[in-house]
Amino acid sequence: MATETQGEGGGLEFHPMDQFIIKPLFGGDAVNWYTPTNATLWMALAVLAVFALLVLGTSKRSVVPGRVQSVAELAYGFIYKMVEDICGKDGVKYFPYIMTLFMFIVFANFLGLLPMAFTPTSHIAVTALMAFAVFFGVTILGFVKNGASFLGLFWVSSAPLPLRPILALIEVISYFVRPVSHSIRLAGNMMAGHAVIKVFAGFAAIAAIAPLSVIAITAMYGLEVLVSFIQAYVFTILTCVYLKDALHPHH
Amino acid sequence: MATETHSDAAAASAPGMPQLDFSTFGNQIFWLLVALAAIYFVLSRMALPRIASVLSERQGTITNDIAAAEDLKAKALQAEAAYDKALADARMEAQRIIAAAKADIQSDLDAAIARADAQIAEKSAESEKAIAGIRESAMENVKIVARDTAKEIVSALGGKPDAKTVNAAVDSRLKG
Amino acid sequence: MEGDIVQMGAYIGAGLACMGMGGAAVGVGNVAGNFLAGALRNPSAAAGQTATLFIGIAFAEALGIFSFLVALLLMFAV
Repeated sequence: MATETQGEGGGLEFHPMDQFIIKPLFGGDAVNWYTPTNATLWMALAVLAVFALLVLGTSKRSVVPGRVQSVAELAYGFIYKMVEDICGKDGVKYFPYIMTLFMFIVFANFLGLLPMAFTPTSHIAVTALMAFAVFFGVTILGFVKNGASFLGLFWVSSAPLPLRPILALIEVISYFVRPVSHSIRLAGNMMAGHAVIKVFAGFAAIAAIAPLSVIAITAMYGLEVLVSFIQAYVFTILTCVYLKDALHPHH
Repeated sequence: MATETHSDAAAASAPGMPQLDFSTFGNQIFWLLVALAAIYFVLSRMALPRIASVLSERQGTITNDIAAAEDLKAKALQAEAAYDKALADARMEAQRIIAAAKADIQSDLDAAIARADAQIAEKSAESEKAIAGIRESAMENVKIVARDTAKEIVSALGGKPDAKTVNAAVDSRLKG
Repeated sequence: MEGDIVQMGAYIGAGLACMGMGGAAVGVGNVAGNFLAGALRNPSAAAGQTATLFIGIAFAEALGIFSFLVALLLMFAV
């Protein structure tokens, strides 16, 4: 990574991953489990933003909504419709969990796009926790709701009989890969985008390339805004799909 | 090489990717759980019920408004029908009045024409009579003049005019 | 010296792993293109299938992200 830059001696230094370093917020080096860090700060900002949008924004309860309130209602209707469409009527009672995930991810992603910001969702630890929470929650829910017939999810009864064991093996593997891909998709997208922007920003140190670099950063930034939303959407919709598998395992 | 970079990168510990620095995982997981619990609490206790109530209230208002609008529309349709009916009635009345007036005028006209015809017929009968009279008297005069002339001619020729013969001759001539 | 060879192998491997991203790009383009072709044939059915579109894109893209992850691991963690 740093090889060629240090060879140049032009002071060109790429540290695309430094933005992801977790530092204690109030000095010191030790990161204990309770230490307030920059991750804590930006998660707290995301919580505050959710609070501002969904609670303060709707505090007037006006029948004809203002700007903030209509955004809040849009988000509510968006996720509610998604849950209802995918999971069906009996999935609606899990709507608050899914809404929580969506709002947290979308705000963490968007706040992370601010310059100098830290993106909590770019860390595997964060996304893996959310993905495994969904995974274990959905699996336990599936067994509680359907008992042993939840295993029918892996037994594709529409396939010819000789193929079924093989398909069952594939289904089981894909089922256990779900949380991995679920978490790495989000973290990888966030990390990749921010790292690429940082790399382009590193090129700006050379005066000749600087305008190109700025244009490239602008373009990547636009793409990142899109990706931030789409990844939050995808994380949410996959949660809905997994939840649907738990509620209605017989497809 | 990578290790050099990392020694530059201040606080970063051994592995190059901060994401794989397991010493920070506990911290992140703890704060993430706090954040998610806070959001979940805020959403399920305050935000979602409120938004749901606002949405259903709006739905109710919209339904009511639509019903009211339907009502008003029905009323407008009624008013329009009444207006149309009044217009048709008025038009019919006008037709009727026009027809009556026409009939009146026609009958007046007919009477006047009949009266004028009668007067004309009377006048022409009178004239007819006058002409007949004049013709009559003209015949008489012709007769008298012819007799007188015949008597004069007879006497001038030396005969003695016999009044009866002359008269008969003149009459037969005039008639012939 | 030995460490340098390991480092070199890791960097070469990272570069090779990046080819996987091309596969993901092809996959995502394929999903989106086919969706568009279908949507133009039957626009009324398209609106209901955008969720499926995004799920498909997400699955296609996840594998590209895996290759990116492998590249990063080779660069920094090996």
